[in-house]
Amino acid sequence: MPGIRTETMTVNMGPQHPSTHGVLRLVLELDGETVRSSSPTIGYLHTGIEKTTEQKKWQQVIPLVERMDYLSAQSNSMAFCLSVERLLGLEIPQRVTDIRVLIAELQRINSHLVWLGTHGMEVGAVSVMLYCFRERELLLNLNEMLAGFRMFPSYMRVGGLREDLPRGFHDAVRAFLDRFLPKLAEYEDLLTKNEIYLKRTRNVGVISKDDSVAYGLVGPIARAAGVDYDVRKYFPYLGYDTYQFEVPTQTLGDVYSRYLVRVAEMKESVKICRQALERISPTGAFAVDDPRVTPPPKDRVYTEMEALIQHFLIYSQGFTVPAGEAYVPVEGPRGEHGFYVVSDGTNRPWRVKSRAPSLLACQALERMIVGGLIADVIAVIGSIDVVMGDVDR
Amino acid sequence: MVQWARRSSIWPVTFGLACCAIEMMAMSCSRYDVARFGAEVFRGSPRQSDLMIVAGRLSRKMAPALRRIYDQMPEPKWVISMGACASIGGVFDNYALVQGVDQIVPVDVYVPGCPPRPESLIYGIVQLQRKIALQKLA
Amino acid sequence: MDTGGLIALLREAAPTAQLEDAPGIDLQPTIYAARDDMPELTRVLRDRPELAYTLLIELTAVDYWPREPRFEVVYLLVSIAHRHRLRLKVRLHGDDARVATVSDVWPAANWLEREVWDLFGIVFDGHPDPRRLLMPEDWEGFPLRKDYPVQVKLTPRTTEALQVTEEEFRANLTKDRLSRDQA
Repeated sequence: MPGIRTETMTVNMGPQHPSTHGVLRLVLELDGETVRSSSPTIGYLHTGIEKTTEQKKWQQVIPLVERMDYLSAQSNSMAFCLSVERLLGLEIPQRVTDIRVLIAELQRINSHLVWLGTHGMEVGAVSVMLYCFRERELLLNLNEMLAGFRMFPSYMRVGGLREDLPRGFHDAVRAFLDRFLPKLAEYEDLLTKNEIYLKRTRNVGVISKDDSVAYGLVGPIARAAGVDYDVRKYFPYLGYDTYQFEVPTQTLGDVYSRYLVRVAEMKESVKICRQALERISPTGAFAVDDPRVTPPPKDRVYTEMEALIQHFLIYSQGFTVPAGEAYVPVEGPRGEHGFYVVSDGTNRPWRVKSRAPSLLACQALERMIVGGLIADVIAVIGSIDVVMGDVDR
Repeated sequence: MVQWARRSSIWPVTFGLACCAIEMMAMSCSRYDVARFGAEVFRGSPRQSDLMIVAGRLSRKMAPALRRIYDQMPEPKWVISMGACASIGGVFDNYALVQGVDQIVPVDVYVPGCPPRPESLIYGIVQLQRKIALQKLA
Repeated sequence: MDTGGLIALLREAAPTAQLEDAPGIDLQPTIYAARDDMPELTRVLRDRPELAYTLLIELTAVDYWPREPRFEVVYLLVSIAHRHRLRLKVRLHGDDARVATVSDVWPAANWLEREVWDLFGIVFDGHPDPRRLLMPEDWEGFPLRKDYPVQVKLTPRTTEALQVTEEEFRANLTKDRLSRDQA
């Protein structure tokens, strides 16, 4: 019909919206239902954590840093501890390293469960969310066993762990792992061959392999596009080169590939957890035996003067870290992250910078949604697994 | 009678900002099912809800959006400030955060914790229901 | 490849560059580069097949006030093909804090440089979109500088400026009326 005037419509999505993961604001220019351009605005959760860490002592930074990427909290604190221990030049006992691997992999399963639940709910499969959160409750029970707190246990410390593993921890983890794999098969039954899910996610939000590298994407997004970069294999830390596991990759780079990669990663994590569990003895060393960093056991503190002084110095003025800088990369659930830590030789950090994988994923969002439909925008935002606490810090 | 109806079907609007939002989602799931207390669905639109649970840390950039959502809710409306960051600024006393959501909106119930356990939040909702029971109409 | 070999290779590719080796206990070699050599050096790092640093992992800055040179811009690079990492640093003076952008070499740098501008005030020449990223658009000051306070006593703003002016609003109304009449 000649003479019809068409124009594009500008729609503002967010910052408060039921389908964004946290507070992301997208201003979309729509031509009918097709997205012509988008401009994301972030910063609605900026908390100034990096400036706050410069005022705290080294050990006090750990709870702050856990709240940055709140779904991979213990992975965050582990990365920070690794960087600081590198500066201090500490040799961590083997048992502590194995426990850290176990906790990191459990945290990966935790984060992927939240991702699967919220992603399923946004695409329309609401029951997936209830099932995933039910399994997650078991993992939060494990966290509670370790340190009394569900989401942010602050169990990792510079120099090792806060205290030894509780009694019954091995059995609890084994029970969870035995229960989890059949449940994961149930979730796959719900989604993997589901026609509606395939229609909503196949060839949606595609990003190519070269684009992934150019935009700095790592983690499941890049692996779904064919880049097999995984810090655990490329730059092994915590003895990951002694574990048997594979890194799943796909080639298409769309939302469905990311789903397949993450589900496969959960299965690999279960494998690593079982191997780590074999190596951990029920009791033993839980921190490095360095008097500057590790407080002495409580019965000695109550009876010996020296131990009391040491305990007091550690908790009042903290330990000093030699001047220098360190960055130890770690493979978190969202990709490579780590903490670039600069010390000036005092008991407070000079600069703590968190490498945020979600920030670059948000940047590449524009590439993935332009040309698609507006309903796909929700699916794509879900699939890149952004945590706004990590983006804005 | 009206107050019984108001407090038994209190529908929240999703205002999850940060980590507390995850605990809020866990509260609405099968283990700590909040639907048995009346919060059956989390409405997406503020115009269809009567409770706003501010879950998470409120940055200065987000404050106008919070006020706008609050203004869009129809009367009667209540606000629960969930978590330490929403109540008082939390662990983060710095340039970027509003030190307490009550500088922007009037708060009825404060739920402490970082993040509060889902049972704490349910207790907060129950306290709000008691408060509604005691309120007079208009 | 250790730092010596890397510097030799870089000197061969870009002979006029001033490079400096920095010792460190970290698992990535650290190199200091001069600000004016950055455009050429970054292209060499990305394009030479023996180097192939195609992945920009991090771009950040550190403020060493009151020491001069005050700022250090830090680039963390990864070569996937050769399994190498590199930390490249550029020193900048406080009253002349500018450096060329690398967003045409690694598109990932776009938002990372915006964040450094937002929090430190370092200007990136040639950046396509120099706006604030994390702080509100009209914020004054650069929060992560060492001479900026941690706590700021400011009443939070609850209103936003009108998105359109009154003339634009009226023009929009008439525009809509015209289109309805035509349909």
